[in-house]
Amino acid sequence: MNTGRKIAITFAAVAAMGMAATTAMAEKMYGPGVTDTSIKIGNTMPYSGPAAAYSQIGKSINAYFNKINKENGGVNGRKIEFISLDDGYSPPKTKEQTRKLVEQDEVLLVFQGLGTPTQSAVHAYMNQKKVPQLFVATGATKWGDPENYPWTMGWQPSYQTEGQLFGTYVLKNVKDPKIAILYQNDDYGKDYVKGMKDVLGDKASELIVAEESYEVTDPTINSQIIKLKDSGANVFFNVATPKFAAQAIKKIYELNWKPVHLNNSVSNSVGAVYKPAGLEESKGIISLQYFQDVTDPSIYDTEPYKKWKKFMEEYYPDGDQSSSFTAYGYLVAQTMEQVLKQAGDNLTRENVMKEAANLDLELDMMLPGVKIQTGPDDYFPIEAMMPIAFDGEKFVPVGEVVSVN
Amino acid sequence: MDPRLTVGARIPIKWVTLFVVIGVILPFFMDGYTTFQATLVMIYAIAILGLNLLTGFNGQFSLGHSAFYAIGAYTAAILYFHYGWPVYATIPVGGIVCFVAGFLFGLPALRLEGLYLALATFALGIAIPQILKSSHLEELTGGVQGLDVFRPAVPEMLPLTMDQWWYLIVFVIMLFMFWVAWNLINSRTGRAMMAIRDNSIAAKSMGVSTSLYKSLTFGVSAFYTGVAGSLSAIIIEFVAPDSFTFQLSILLFIGMVVGGTGSIWGALFGGLFILIIPNFAEEISTGLSYAIFGIILILIIYVMPSGFTGLVNLIRTKIRGRIGTTG
Repeated sequence: MNTGRKIAITFAAVAAMGMAATTAMAEKMYGPGVTDTSIKIGNTMPYSGPAAAYSQIGKSINAYFNKINKENGGVNGRKIEFISLDDGYSPPKTKEQTRKLVEQDEVLLVFQGLGTPTQSAVHAYMNQKKVPQLFVATGATKWGDPENYPWTMGWQPSYQTEGQLFGTYVLKNVKDPKIAILYQNDDYGKDYVKGMKDVLGDKASELIVAEESYEVTDPTINSQIIKLKDSGANVFFNVATPKFAAQAIKKIYELNWKPVHLNNSVSNSVGAVYKPAGLEESKGIISLQYFQDVTDPSIYDTEPYKKWKKFMEEYYPDGDQSSSFTAYGYLVAQTMEQVLKQAGDNLTRENVMKEAANLDLELDMMLPGVKIQTGPDDYFPIEAMMPIAFDGEKFVPVGEVVSVN
Repeated sequence: MDPRLTVGARIPIKWVTLFVVIGVILPFFMDGYTTFQATLVMIYAIAILGLNLLTGFNGQFSLGHSAFYAIGAYTAAILYFHYGWPVYATIPVGGIVCFVAGFLFGLPALRLEGLYLALATFALGIAIPQILKSSHLEELTGGVQGLDVFRPAVPEMLPLTMDQWWYLIVFVIMLFMFWVAWNLINSRTGRAMMAIRDNSIAAKSMGVSTSLYKSLTFGVSAFYTGVAGSLSAIIIEFVAPDSFTFQLSILLFIGMVVGGTGSIWGALFGGLFILIIPNFAEEISTGLSYAIFGIILILIIYVMPSGFTGLVNLIRTKIRGRIGTTG
């Protein structure tokens, strides 16, 4: 081989490599925190302080990312580096930690920050910096506002969504409904009522025959219940926190009033509400759920439950298998995984947000028929829930999944 | 006896100049996040100094300074959010509102001494977050959701980032507040305050109006903490009841003790401590961060029983002693 040819071949080879490199560059678009082998994801959680019980969510998310890093080598060949910091449920601390994540650790996005006041503290900051604030762990309605806050998205059904779903349930399942509402006089209570009124539309004033509110400081709500009963309603919508919800259940039973009793998920707890109110008194109360109840023995033989249990035993052995938080963490982490899968090699912040608003996902620990769906104008991932009734011991499904869309 | 009672004090110009020069240059060598943290340290230092005026110099205990911090922060946020005030103007108003609140709280507190006062202020500290959440005030305070505070852009002629600009503002305010505190302590008033702390009966018989001085000190202390609170609302750009839990009171108290009770500049070290050590503890172990924080705290108290200031003074005396014997 003469020298001229050698040089020519070398040139050709170099040129080819250069071209290959440019095409690869064109395909791969990386935002901050992304390399060929890793993706940095940030998070804040109360690992200390009064709200520390929620930290199980952070731990199960971490366990899930460990699982996919080990079993699948991460997502599209990139391992997930999950940086979860403690904010003690204190908004100033959240701001400090979030700035650390964004400016020092340079994460691609912040995921599942927990708490309404804490996430409110960084809401404007994240949108100014154009960093995705994905799937925040709070039930407030304000997270689904793509027009003003295009970088923020919630995950769980908001209070308002749940109110809408209860409205849909009533329209579908109750003949000639006359609705009476008891609600707590604050954002949380008003969100529920607004949701229900939205769905009833023009008929709201006709179908809702009575509304009574209470203050958190009220000792009892007996007088409100008596007034609501006197309105002649056949549906009772209970938008109260556990103590008041239990009082309402008891009083309704005492008055021998037998409406269709709808109870908001804030108070859908056997231990905190139904037991104190009396299990007999609580029979037949309807509430809404969107993922499997891990304490329900009837699902113990199903594949999804077994898969979840195996995950828990292997990756989060000291996690509480009777807590809804661990199941919740498992589900929300899978949603994040899906977004990254869809984004492929285009891992810019813009594209991640675009894919987060382009989900149509079914997860196996969700209740059948409850999908995770988003769109450019729809930043509410979960807008369907299943009605369940309390039979004095456990919850049983009643009727079909209700959804907003 | 406190040397300040007998020896006329002078500001150590050399050290202060050095401090000011370093303080002004610093933000240009730090990234945005670190500048933001340094700003928080100074805000904590102002609040701790406020607490120190009350506890260190006047001998009155308070476990409720988070309440004044909250009142200052909410004053700033409400004036900005509901009444459209410029954020700069809200800072002194936050302090003044707290002065009034502190003075008024100081009046009934006159009847309480030591532990009882600590309990009464403790009650104030835990009551405030609930009061802020109460539905009667929700229109004003924004309830659990809190209020947003947005800072105006940095004046155009200045080549500064938002973080640097506010660092410098807080730095200037802090210097001013420290200077005022220094003058206060080294005045007749300051001597009266310390006399009450050391022996209130003797002070009374010397003609010091203990009740007036005590409630005034309460007011001034609250003023300092209130200014810090308003600054924090502006720097964090958000207030919510959960920002001002009782834990904040404890942190300020820790900062005061670690910095050195009865020391003005020790407050700065206290601020540094309560910001950095929790983060450091978390880096070692997320789950055990408070245990580690506790261990560090115990070690520090053990090594420097009279705070950071005490340690510095000790070293200074030793060096002087050595120079004295050899030279």
